[in-house]
Amino acid sequence: MNQPLVFNYLRAKKQFPHVWCPGCGHGVVMGSLIRAIDKMNYNKDSIVMVSGIGCSSRMTAYVDFNTLHTLHGRPIAYATGLKLAKPELPVIVVTGDGDAIAIGGNHFIHAARRNIDLTVILMNNNIYGMTGGQVSPTTPYGGRGSTARSGNPEHPFDISQLAIAAGASFVARTTAYHVPAMDRLIQQALENKGFSLVEIYSQCPTYEGKWNKRGDAADMLRYYKENAIPVAQKSKYSPEELKDKFLIGVLHHQPKSEFTAEYQKIIDKYQMQNQAAMQSKIKAENESEEKKRAQEQPATED
Amino acid sequence: MPEKVLFIQGNEACAEGAIAAGCRFFAGYPITPSTEIAEAMSEKLPRVGGKFIQMEDEIASISAITGASVAGLKAMTATSGPGFSLMQEGIGYACMAEIPVVIVNVMRGGPSTGLPTKTSQADVMQARWGTHGDHYLIALAPESVRETFYLTIKSFNLAEKYRVPVILLMDETIGHMREKVVLPDYSELHIENRVTPIVPPQWYKPYEVTTDFITPMAPFGTGYRYNITGLTHDEMGFPTNKENEIASKLNKLRDKILRATADIVDYETLYTEDANTLIISFGSASRAAKEAVKYLRSHRRKVGFFRPITIWPFPEKELAQIIKKVDRIFVAEVNQGQLIEEIRKVECYHKKIYGINRYDGETITPNQIISKIKEARE
Repeated sequence: MNQPLVFNYLRAKKQFPHVWCPGCGHGVVMGSLIRAIDKMNYNKDSIVMVSGIGCSSRMTAYVDFNTLHTLHGRPIAYATGLKLAKPELPVIVVTGDGDAIAIGGNHFIHAARRNIDLTVILMNNNIYGMTGGQVSPTTPYGGRGSTARSGNPEHPFDISQLAIAAGASFVARTTAYHVPAMDRLIQQALENKGFSLVEIYSQCPTYEGKWNKRGDAADMLRYYKENAIPVAQKSKYSPEELKDKFLIGVLHHQPKSEFTAEYQKIIDKYQMQNQAAMQSKIKAENESEEKKRAQEQPATED
Repeated sequence: MPEKVLFIQGNEACAEGAIAAGCRFFAGYPITPSTEIAEAMSEKLPRVGGKFIQMEDEIASISAITGASVAGLKAMTATSGPGFSLMQEGIGYACMAEIPVVIVNVMRGGPSTGLPTKTSQADVMQARWGTHGDHYLIALAPESVRETFYLTIKSFNLAEKYRVPVILLMDETIGHMREKVVLPDYSELHIENRVTPIVPPQWYKPYEVTTDFITPMAPFGTGYRYNITGLTHDEMGFPTNKENEIASKLNKLRDKILRATADIVDYETLYTEDANTLIISFGSASRAAKEAVKYLRSHRRKVGFFRPITIWPFPEKELAQIIKKVDRIFVAEVNQGQLIEEIRKVECYHKKIYGINRYDGETITPNQIISKIKEARE
């Protein structure tokens, strides 16, 4: 029997069953991420996956790469250090809306600004799942959670727009329903040299669904299916029609100089200077030695 | 490289020591009075093929150096009080995940923003207990520019050897003071590098409890695929909730330091053989204390001097031997009395202990120490 592809990339015997609830979208994202990585033909030993704290961040324990499960909000900061230290390793950050945008918002925008070559897979479920359903920075206005029982009085972030504004070179959005598109978008993000974000709407039936009466996982997936509009078809809709919908696909792709490559240029410049200095030093030494010899020779002839 | 004679600041000596120790990664955020370290590193590192990055805050800085250390580079950050407070969660992570990093804290007056340009030694307890939970780490305090150079190297050596964050507790006085330093030939220095595994990847246990509690560390990307987490983990690095595995992990974090105190601990003594009065001090304050000791000795007072170079772990055994013989103890420090509490723990003979403190932004003077000792005598 043919083993499914994902088994080659999972710590299947050690770490399962996983912590995700029945109906959670994060497992679908993990499968999609693995398929995209497989297409990239990376060496498994070279892939680094960094995550923070939260439901989505638990993914690092399940996949068979070099995995770094860090502090709440800090995965992008850890990944920045790791990537700069060893730019040859592909570094993937797995994070959630609370992790990356609330507590880690600063690291998120600055990594995008630097355009450091990280691929950020951000699972946005509009809620803090691991701690039991509190509102997050992406919970819509009026949305409910255990810390906003009569409706969220705050306005949400649009994560993709935030990343674009901060300077990310690749930004895409998709949902846990649009799996083949997700495979493709993650692969594109991995291919992009620079800060790449794939924002994935991933359903949380246990808390987000329950608090907001959105039904079960299937109902939530149906919501994604019915309300997602591919970027290419945006022009077909009037602004009125687009009001309660969201765009999926590649929202932004503008390659620009990447941070670690730019830093390498600085190192190379100094190395060239060092080599030139060394060569001129050797040359000067040789010359002075020749002079010495030339002076000594007549003395020995005597 | 032959010997070099320089006239430099403590901060510059720290950067020089880091390069000599093999530091190839620095992440930092500007903060007085430590900024010169970041400036020097940004100049030096790319010249030796290393990497410098100015991060968006101190939390990001400690995170980035931890990430770089996981990738296999010796990494350092430098900060002062307010930044050191922000770094505490990252220090806890490095303790738990056993990742070697060096954190330089050039102490300034606190609490909060406090006195950015004035000196202090008030982060002694924060260095030990700043992050939450039971944890063990190492902190060193230099007293001169020359010693800053050597203790920076020692910080890296200890961090790499014991897989633990090491804190270099400088103070503003040392950081900004210029002194003559004779730098040695770097090839003659003792440099420790982390032990990497020799077993094949399928046998590698990243957090194995070994007899000396030190486990080889495989950098990412070298064929050893494993998990690192800040959650309490088992020998394979995966989160655990089992009682025996939790206790064994915490014991390992403790015992790797406690069983090696003889190797880690360093201190300095002066005239302790016949002393009946002991002055204890550390960092820049010990310069004044030494001056006071010399003056009092020249006036035939039997005064001795003790200076812990490793503040954490505190040289308890060594100090206890000396305390046994003296009648009175004076602890001179530029704070309201932090190290004195450690000495009270060690001292069990009911001897008189006096604190000599100054916390107005200026450093202790020899006169202050001498007059306090004379006062106590009367």
